[in-house]
Amino acid sequence: MTLLYPLQSLAAHPPRLSPGYRSTVKRSPQKPLIPIRQTLSELTGPVYGHETVRENDHDLTIQHKGEPLGERIIVHGHVRDEDGRGVPNALVELWQANACGRYVHVVDQHPAPLDPNFTGAGRAQTDASGYYRFVTIKPGAYPWGNHHNAWRPAHIHFSVFGHAFISRLVTQMYFPGDPLFPFDPIFNSVTDEKARARMISSFDLENTQPEWALCYRFNIVLRGRNATPMENKQ
Amino acid sequence: MSEQRPDGITPSQTVGPYFKYGLTPNGEYAWNDAFTNNLITPDVSGERIRVEGTVFDGDGVPVPDCMLEIWQADAQGRFSDPQDARALPNSSFKGFGRVGTDANGRYSFDTIKPGQVPDPDGKPQAPHILLAVYARGMLLHLYTRIYFDDETANTEDPVLALVPADRRATLIAKRKAGAANPAYVLDIHLQGDNETVFFDV
Ligand SMILES: [Fe+2]
Repeated sequence: MTLLYPLQSLAAHPPRLSPGYRSTVKRSPQKPLIPIRQTLSELTGPVYGHETVRENDHDLTIQHKGEPLGERIIVHGHVRDEDGRGVPNALVELWQANACGRYVHVVDQHPAPLDPNFTGAGRAQTDASGYYRFVTIKPGAYPWGNHHNAWRPAHIHFSVFGHAFISRLVTQMYFPGDPLFPFDPIFNSVTDEKARARMISSFDLENTQPEWALCYRFNIVLRGRNATPMENKQ
Repeated sequence: MSEQRPDGITPSQTVGPYFKYGLTPNGEYAWNDAFTNNLITPDVSGERIRVEGTVFDGDGVPVPDCMLEIWQADAQGRFSDPQDARALPNSSFKGFGRVGTDANGRYSFDTIKPGQVPDPDGKPQAPHILLAVYARGMLLHLYTRIYFDDETANTEDPVLALVPADRRATLIAKRKAGAANPAYVLDIHLQGDNETVFFDV
């Protein structure tokens, strides 16, 4: 299978210098990026096995002695390429704050409790159709120091590997209808409204499990396009 | 199953300040590492090397919350990926590594010197390692390459040839004198006079 990675697709990403998010000011290059051809180095990528994703790595609610506090949720969806084809065996990693908006990271010292039964890290591998599924806790919003009264909308960090080193994606999944959206410079660093909407999960009543967990669907689209589209075949 | 064609790719967002426990826990959190900065497998052939350096921001301040990922060929110039049709099927060398910078912005990888990989015209490229840089304050990761200062093939490399001569050094790791094992140093400057060359790819 040969895929193409058009540069135009990258227009969906936020500009690296987005001054509303202050930390970008000293951490974005000022000299122009140099265009190069995509060689075998760029067009290949790592492959994983069962040693990378263990049986229960997708369930963040069973990693400790007791159950974590908060609202149990299912987060699932498909990883697809730009033509809508599922990306099989894609590695999906996630990390997030607990229900109170607190991360276990030592640098996060904001006054909300840690949960001894919740670390907040998980891993899954997509099946043959590109489908993945996690069980976790709905994360809380949390404050940060970017500007006065700055709060991040509730989000889950995602890291995804596609077919190539240049289809690598790190993003954040948001929840529908969050009142903090208009005020968050990270969310709004994506300037195109349609592209922003692709970071927001949708509530999935059909796959909500009665008396157990609400479900959210988050479909992820990676760079990569079929080099030989069906309509061009004789 | 026929799927509706997506209206675009999912936009990138920053890894933020708190990725470490999820992506590079390194024994400090109740989570295991999927990848580490040691790519060496017992049976892999090739010269064992270390690549190390410091990541700096536009003020020259070390970046302690940065994640680096590398992707490289084995010593024969082959990738551990079935998309590389030439790959050796039983090679245990994965070619992928990940590390979080320490409190002083420092990183290191233990790996093997990659072999030469052809460009799209079949012309050999000088040995190189792909490097992706992620950090708090970076909304989208950056791609660069690590070359080696003791490789004569650098003068013929088609990618280095696209880089203005006065900026090429930002891509070329320098062999450390007097180290017991071969080690190379390459600092990454996200911004500034000595800014690393990043690629639009
Ligand atoms: Fe976060």
